[in-house]
Amino acid sequence: MTTDVTPHDGTPLIEVSGLRKTYRTGTGEVVAVEDLSFSLPVGGALGLVGESGSGKTTTARMLLGLERPDAGRIMVRGTPLAETVRGRAARLARAKAVQMVFQDPYLSLDGRLSIGATLDGVLRLHGVRDPAARSARIGELLAQVGLGPREAATRPRGLSGGQRQRAAIARALAVEPALLVLDEAVSALDVSVQAQVLNLLADIRRDTGIGLIFVSHDLAVVRYLCDEALVLHRGRTVEHRPVGDLLTAPADPYTRLLLASIPRPGWDPEHIARQRRELPAPAAAGGVVPSE
Amino acid sequence: MALLDIDALSVTLPGMARPILDRIELTVAAGETVALVGESGSGKSVTARAALGLFPAGADLAGRVRVEDIDLVGADAARLREVRTGIAAMIFQDPRAGISPVRRIGDFLTEALRLVGGWSRARADARAAELLAAVGLPDPERHLRQFPHEMSGGMLQRVMIAAALCGEPRLLLCDEPTTALDVATQAEILALLGRLRRERDLGLLLITHDIELAAASCDRIYVMYAGRIVETATADELFARPRHPYTAGLLGSSPPQEGPLTRLAPIPGAPMSLLESATGCAFAPRCRFAEPGRCDQAPPVLEPHGAGRVACHRADELEPPVLAHLAPDSEDR
Amino acid sequence: MSAVTLDSAAAPPRRDPLRRLRRLGGSWLVNTCLVILAVFLVVALAAPWLAPQDPRFGALSETFADPGAAHWLGTDQGGHDTFSALIEGTRTSLFGPLAVVVFATVAGIAVGLFSAWRGGWVDAAIGRVLDILFAFPALLLAILAVALFGKGLTAPVLAMAVAYLPYTARLVRGLAAAEKSRPYIAAYRVQGHSPVFVSVRGLLPNITPTVLAQATVNFGYALLDLAALSFLGLGVQPPTPDWGSMINQGQSAVLQERPLSAIVPALAIVLVVVAFNVVGEHLADRVAGRDA
Repeated sequence: MTTDVTPHDGTPLIEVSGLRKTYRTGTGEVVAVEDLSFSLPVGGALGLVGESGSGKTTTARMLLGLERPDAGRIMVRGTPLAETVRGRAARLARAKAVQMVFQDPYLSLDGRLSIGATLDGVLRLHGVRDPAARSARIGELLAQVGLGPREAATRPRGLSGGQRQRAAIARALAVEPALLVLDEAVSALDVSVQAQVLNLLADIRRDTGIGLIFVSHDLAVVRYLCDEALVLHRGRTVEHRPVGDLLTAPADPYTRLLLASIPRPGWDPEHIARQRRELPAPAAAGGVVPSE
Repeated sequence: MALLDIDALSVTLPGMARPILDRIELTVAAGETVALVGESGSGKSVTARAALGLFPAGADLAGRVRVEDIDLVGADAARLREVRTGIAAMIFQDPRAGISPVRRIGDFLTEALRLVGGWSRARADARAAELLAAVGLPDPERHLRQFPHEMSGGMLQRVMIAAALCGEPRLLLCDEPTTALDVATQAEILALLGRLRRERDLGLLLITHDIELAAASCDRIYVMYAGRIVETATADELFARPRHPYTAGLLGSSPPQEGPLTRLAPIPGAPMSLLESATGCAFAPRCRFAEPGRCDQAPPVLEPHGAGRVACHRADELEPPVLAHLAPDSEDR
Repeated sequence: MSAVTLDSAAAPPRRDPLRRLRRLGGSWLVNTCLVILAVFLVVALAAPWLAPQDPRFGALSETFADPGAAHWLGTDQGGHDTFSALIEGTRTSLFGPLAVVVFATVAGIAVGLFSAWRGGWVDAAIGRVLDILFAFPALLLAILAVALFGKGLTAPVLAMAVAYLPYTARLVRGLAAAEKSRPYIAAYRVQGHSPVFVSVRGLLPNITPTVLAQATVNFGYALLDLAALSFLGLGVQPPTPDWGSMINQGQSAVLQERPLSAIVPALAIVLVVVAFNVVGEHLADRVAGRDA
């Protein structure tokens, strides 16, 4: 596997500044993401943490060009990501910058195509013309995610959830992107399978030096995979620190609430419910979900 | 006296490679919170439905399901109705799927009272408002006039709990009630369920895939795998000293929140589907303690071990510290 | 049947050439309808060789001949052989609607996909244009076209293709808009595929079965409409044989108590339309069952 890791010259892998996205609804404007800034060094991994409606998925979609930000800038390896992509070269360049693994591994694979055919299509698009080279590369990619020739010949419906998610990861890696965005990529999997995929992602990070942005509601999982965590609450950044510090000494009351909410023995849900009622609303809160 | 008593319940569907449920034993007493933990295809939801007398169509049944001395296996429609409208109620994972999006919350809550109970509109509305207040919604009168889309998932789940309380049940079955919710909202719903259990002396059965949630919020835990109960113990005991390799594996599957980070030790493979069957222990193909010649024998039965009961051929040899010690170091596939 | 399934399951490498055809089948009713349609298709293709006489020429000496060895289904008032007219009429009666459906489906897919993909005001504008087209009954549009371009098959076929286009276009737009929000489509876009590729190669195959089922039902309606036009004397012109114009010619025959030359083509129309609707319904059910 040879993701192109440029020598470390201090240029961040990705640099996001002042990102903003609002949606119009029937009753007015809802702020999904407000003034989001962060940067990630080459080989770094960042966890984007928050509840539903916190803006974490909107952020992921903006990084991928699936949504257009209202304001702000996204730079990958010092080059701004074009907002409007025209032409084949620009599209392929954008694809090489950022790839994504989605939450639901069944819906995110084309059900008509075998895993091998899906990978073949990606490689052909990205300029691997020689069929023998493509087939060799498919073998490599599948081996990298722990799948074999049997899975290559199978359509998604013949695979388990974990195998489908491995296939989706292989599909993203086939593009050899600089950055991989994972949107709740393990939360739809069975508990005993989650750990396999987490280990796989840790291995990929170690072996390829690919940058990871891991969107999740689960702080323990973020700690396992990432160096830093950024906590979003109703579109605003409440805390952005090394993940170890954030877990041991959370500074913001919202982060403290999130941490206290993780079930563990001796856990007192009534105390958490009280804590949540007393939580100060973030300044000029937007948010997509009606407050409770 | 147990409120819910499931005894040796087996459910078999023709065409499936193995029984959906295989000799399930489970009890819930009044005032008790019991968790049923399992992954996809384990049969945990089928077990919960069985407690309402809902069995898969065309299934062969064996064993007993008693709710307050009423046996639901082979019960007539009148008995089943008595159980479902009065004694037991159920809430589900996705509150939005259980409520018509074009009807007001008030209509949803009062429908049964007015159509079946013959209550007047004013009386039913008053009762619905009372229930909404009981589940901690701040402004019941306003919520009665709201539509489902005007409410968050957590609020809707409270509405579903209010609807479940309508017939003053003594047994509440909760099938993944917080899986679709955020962690902080999850805590609120569990706080609510805990309060209702205390106030009304309810028996709670929490069906979940999250063994940590079960350990944090329940008195006793049953762990299911491939249609069988593989281990049961008190929550503290199970969390501290898991005896079945599957339970230990589940506990080792999520990364720790604090302390040193070691590589996770996942259970290899995937949960067994209904199209697969095993002659011996169903977990043996994924078990790192499986021993040829023993674990491929007839499935083990649930036997007392330590403070709980375990269904494992090697339960005698695998002392809890061994499991705990082996977990982080061993190789994963 | 089950033995065949077991055999093919045991030996997967050998492909069963009839497998697809067998999968198409259903109840005895559906199978019967499929056979009826197949027979009509063969007759249409081989008509000139199958017809015992030339139905374009009639001998006045043989007006209203009874069915018999010379004329299997008798003759009409012009002395044309009814059986031969029926066989040769299969061509215009089936290929007319076929042209309508092929054109309406291909154009409808193009319009529907484009509309769903662009969204926004383009989608809204296309929607309004389709609404206006919907307001014109197909027959009225066809009569208008005949008035402008003259009698025959070409003008009505084109006019009806235009009139049928909104049905397919709207169906495709609805399906495509729903399908577009699925993660696998987002995945195609993220990989760097062009919008045309994503629409045509990614999205279209996943909605094709439903569209084909609709096209099958459309065929029945188109056949009825074209036959009605010929009956009105605006479609296919005598002496070219056509079922609709045969019924028209047969009107006076009915009055003279020789109804056979009108009843035979009417029965043929009913048979084909019913068969197409049964097969179309079956296909639609199959698609619904597959998605469930």
